[in-house]
Amino acid sequence: MTVVSDPTSQSVKRPSRLFKNKMAKLASIPMILTALVVFVGGTLWTVVYSFTGSRMLPKTNWVGFDQYERLWSSDRWIISIKNLAIYGFCSMILTLVIGFTLAACLDRKIRFESAFRTIFLYPFALSFVVTGLAWQWILNPDFGLQSLVRSWGWGSFNFDPLNNPDIVIFGLLIAGIWQGSGLIMCIMLAGLRGIDEDIWKAAKVDGIGTIKTYLVVIIPMMRPVFVTALVLIASGIIKLYDLVVAQTGGGPGLSSEVPAKYVIELMFRAQNLGQGFAASTMMLCSVVVILIPWAYLEFGGRKRG
Amino acid sequence: MADVTTNMAAGPRGPKPKKAFSRGNIFLYGTLILVSVYYLLPLYVMIVTSLKGMPEIRMGNVFGPPLEVTFEPWVKAWSQACTGINCDGLSRGFGNSVRILIPSIVLSIAIASVNGYALSNWKFKGSEVFFTILIIGAFIPYQTMLYPIVILLRELGLMGSIGGLVLVHTIFGMPILTLLFRNYFASIPEELFKAARVDGAGFWQIYFQIMLPMALPIFVVAVILQVTGIWNDFLFGVIYTKPATYPMTVQLNNIVNSVQGVKEYNVNMAATLLTGLVPLIIYFASGKLFVRGIAAGAVKG
Repeated sequence: MTVVSDPTSQSVKRPSRLFKNKMAKLASIPMILTALVVFVGGTLWTVVYSFTGSRMLPKTNWVGFDQYERLWSSDRWIISIKNLAIYGFCSMILTLVIGFTLAACLDRKIRFESAFRTIFLYPFALSFVVTGLAWQWILNPDFGLQSLVRSWGWGSFNFDPLNNPDIVIFGLLIAGIWQGSGLIMCIMLAGLRGIDEDIWKAAKVDGIGTIKTYLVVIIPMMRPVFVTALVLIASGIIKLYDLVVAQTGGGPGLSSEVPAKYVIELMFRAQNLGQGFAASTMMLCSVVVILIPWAYLEFGGRKRG
Repeated sequence: MADVTTNMAAGPRGPKPKKAFSRGNIFLYGTLILVSVYYLLPLYVMIVTSLKGMPEIRMGNVFGPPLEVTFEPWVKAWSQACTGINCDGLSRGFGNSVRILIPSIVLSIAIASVNGYALSNWKFKGSEVFFTILIIGAFIPYQTMLYPIVILLRELGLMGSIGGLVLVHTIFGMPILTLLFRNYFASIPEELFKAARVDGAGFWQIYFQIMLPMALPIFVVAVILQVTGIWNDFLFGVIYTKPATYPMTVQLNNIVNSVQGVKEYNVNMAATLLTGLVPLIIYFASGKLFVRGIAAGAVKG
C-alpha cells in the first residue's frame, strides 16, 4: 500500500506548455470523468439526496434528518448494525490470528510449503456466492455436519446455524473466514519474509523461545503489515453482502441482515430511495472513520492519498 | 521442544531441520494438515455431492464418497436447471458472463494502461489529484454510488444491458488497474522514454512501440485480476442487469435459493462448481501471478 505514496516529484523537467500534453489529457478523459462524475459526483449526490423524502424516484422535497431518524429507529437497521459489529469483531480477530498463525507455520521452512499455500489461498479465488452456497450445504442440518456428528453416536449434538437466529452469524463467519483468511495469510507471509534473519539469531543467542520471539519481537516489528491487513479486513466487512444473500438470504427472519443488504433492499425492492441513501451515507461515514486514522498512520500526517 | 524449534527458526534460507519427527514438527504439520482439511472440505463436499444421485443423498451424509458416480446433475445444472420460467440451465448465465467478461477486460485494461502511462510519463497539472480521487474512490462503499449509476445508465440507454454492466466494471476496475500500471510504468527507466522523445516519438507512438511490449507481464496480472473479479461479481450483476442478461453468479443464486420445487442438492452443487470453475482454473493455472495480482488488488479490499 506504500505504493500510493510514491514521490510525485520525480524529475519533471519537460516543458509544461499546455499543447505538449494535449494527447495525455485527452487520453485521461475517461479517468477524469470517472473520478469526478462517478466517485465524487455520485457520492455527493447520494449524500445530498439522503436529506430528501425520495420514494420511488429521487425528488428534492427536503426533509432534513428525517431519513436518519427513521433509519435509527428501524429494527431491521439496528439488527443489521449489531450483526455487522459481531461479525466484524470476530472476523477481524479470527482472520488476523489464523492468517498470522498459518503464515508463521509456513515460514518455518517446512516441506510442501507451496502446496499448503495453494490450499489456503484457493477459496479467495471463489466468489462469495459460491462460498455461501457451499457452506449452506455443509451446514444443512439434515445432511451436513450436524447429521454426521449425530451419526457418530452423539445423538443430541446441535449445530444448526442456518436455522437458529442466535448463532446464524457464526455460520456466516465460518464461511467468510474460509474465503478471506488466505489473503491475509499471504500478506503476513510477505511481511515475515521481510524480517531480517539476524533478528532470529539474536533471539536465539538471548535464549528467547520461538513463540515468545513471535509475540514480543516479530509482531511489533510487523505493525505496518497488521495495519494494512486490518484495513483490508475492515473494508471487506463493510461490503459484506453477497455472502449473506447466498448463504442465508438474511434469515431466519431478519436475524442475519447486514447494512449493505439493507441499502440495496430499500433502494431496489422497497422503493424507499431516501432510506437507502441515508443508510448508504452511514456506511460511507463508517469507512471514513476507518480510513482517516489509517491514512494518517500510513502517510504520517502528510496529505491523504 | 523450544530448542528444536529455535534451531529451525533461522529464516527461510537456512538448512533443513535435522530431526524430522520432533514434537515441534509433529505439532506444526498436524496443525497445517488439520487446517488444510477445513479449507479443502467445501471443495470435496461439492464434488462428491455433485456426483451422487438424489436417493443416495437423502440416505447418507454429505461427506461420504459417491457409491454410484453419475454425471447427470452436471448435465442438468448446465442445460435444464430452472430460474423462474426459464429452464435452460446455467449455460445462459455462462454465456452472459463471457459476453460481459471479454469486453470488460479489454476496455478496462486498455483505459487503465493508458491512464497509468499518462500518469507516470506525461504528468500534467492536476493529474495526481485525479489519481488520488480515484484511489480514495476504491474505498468508498459501492452502495453510495449505486443509484447515481442507475441514473447514468438510464440516460445512456444502457440500463439492463450487457453494455451497461461492461461500463460499470470498467469504472470500478479503474482505480486498482490504474495503480497497477502507473507503478509498473514508473519503474521503467526514464532514459528510455526521454530517448524516444528526442527521436520525436509522440504519446501514442511511445505507448504502442515501447511501453506496451515491455508491460506484457503486468497485462497478464491485470487480466487475472479482472477475470476473477468480474466473474465473481454479484452486486453489480443483480442491480444493473435484467433476468435475460443475468451473469452466472446471479443465475446460480437464483437456481439454488429458489423456493419452488424439490431441492435437488446434487444439481445445486454441480451448478455451484460450474460457476466456480473459471476462477479456479485461472487460480491453479496462474500460480505466482495470481498472488502478485491480489497483492496489487489488496488495495481494493
